[in-house]
Amino acid sequence: MSDNVLKTPLADRHVALGARMVDFAGWYMPVQYAGVMAEHRTVRETAGLFDLGHMGQVDVSGPDALAFLNYVGSNNTSVLEPGAAHYSLLLYPDGGVIDDIIIYRRPSGVGYFVVINAANIPKDVDWLQTQRENRLDLDVTVENISDNTGMIAIQGPNAEQIVAGLSSTDLTEQPYFSMRETTVAGIACQAGRTGYTGEDGWEFYCDIDRVGDLWDALMKAGAEHGLKAIGLGARDTLRLEARMPLYGQELSAGINPLEAGLSWAVKLDKDDFIGRDALAAAKEAGINRRTVGFKMVERGGVPRTHYAVQVDGREVGHVTSGTSSPTLGENIGLAIIERSAAGVGKPLDIIIRDKPVKAEQIKMPFYKRDR
Amino acid sequence: MAVPKDYKYTKTHEWVKVEGDVATIGITDFAQSELGDITYIELPPVGSSLNQSDSLGVIESVKAASDIYSPISGEVIEDNTNVETTPEMVNSSPFEDAWLVRLKVTDQSQIDNLLDAEAYEKLLEESGSH
Repeated sequence: MSDNVLKTPLADRHVALGARMVDFAGWYMPVQYAGVMAEHRTVRETAGLFDLGHMGQVDVSGPDALAFLNYVGSNNTSVLEPGAAHYSLLLYPDGGVIDDIIIYRRPSGVGYFVVINAANIPKDVDWLQTQRENRLDLDVTVENISDNTGMIAIQGPNAEQIVAGLSSTDLTEQPYFSMRETTVAGIACQAGRTGYTGEDGWEFYCDIDRVGDLWDALMKAGAEHGLKAIGLGARDTLRLEARMPLYGQELSAGINPLEAGLSWAVKLDKDDFIGRDALAAAKEAGINRRTVGFKMVERGGVPRTHYAVQVDGREVGHVTSGTSSPTLGENIGLAIIERSAAGVGKPLDIIIRDKPVKAEQIKMPFYKRDR
Repeated sequence: MAVPKDYKYTKTHEWVKVEGDVATIGITDFAQSELGDITYIELPPVGSSLNQSDSLGVIESVKAASDIYSPISGEVIEDNTNVETTPEMVNSSPFEDAWLVRLKVTDQSQIDNLLDAEAYEKLLEESGSH
């Protein structure tokens, strides 16, 4: 582990829990504790706790904060009521993706809280500051508050019960994709009812100095409900089953959101935003690639990122993510392929160790919880 | 981390157990622990001829795919088809039930040159692992 690797305040707790620690996006993070499969099942069946201290947060405030977010983001943030949230994308002018983000309108109605990916913090913050300087007509302040903000997620069917016993306000009625200001175990938190697992749950944001206390209180209260610490390995298999994109795999500067299947987060009919013209032109010309889900129907291995995809011996694209799905017991993946090859039920060959292995396109998400 | 005394080992974390001119091969407890949950194993067909250090097969975990290397030269005389259908056996019983292949030994000196248990344990200690 290099000396300049970053640590969250919870790193010692992970080590004490027996976690295997890795360098992830420059952070010293737990990849697994009990094992990816076991942790995955814990989140699907009871509840899991995630240290997300590596993720970034940006505060966007000022009279023109909304206009600014509508200019740099693809979604229409005008629709957010106080305390509501949505998914959006930061785009380059050519429509390539800088990052995928969650925008929360603060419950007070004043200002926005934006969550960004760990690996993209410097890039995103530089981009936002550059755009702010380009739009001096807008009165807006953009502040990177990542260093002061602790972030923990609790996810799984038992999350609600655990949180209900600790929060000062009733969060059980809180809608999905919204934010509340509350206290959890006496610690002031912003509670976002969101996640990256396909389960119910929350992402809590608090003062960085209190995140250790928050972790301890949740672990203690959750023990009787089967709550366990979950590493980044299971976080990846959980999000893939729920067909949630991962930046750097399903999304990148070389993949536009219409190809990634995220047109629902791109509002071409709102006022101008960065990347709009390129995406409008691309849509007009016809989107030539699609992101599809598949499962392997022949023995031959596990699909992995960057494996080639063929149809009738001709390369039509590549795998963006793949794994052995713990819930389905099948080898599954996402691939970006030529439009003509895309369609549920249509066959694909995944090239695994130079051999074509048969796969079939299936409906996504791979996993959907009972609501 | 278990390291049975009567086995031989490689630096790449395979083990060999020799009975007469038959060598049974698998991966070590350390290797399965590093790989994590194993979900797929591909073994060479019976009758294949392997040279020492050839790829003997592929082992995939939830996290990644890794090659397994043949510790010695020889002909594959038996595959453990149980591990192909139940790969998680390698996590639970790497030294016993989840052996991978049996080879007919062609060069006894290759076996003599493998690590013994003591040397393998030392290797694990030096690599700072457990």
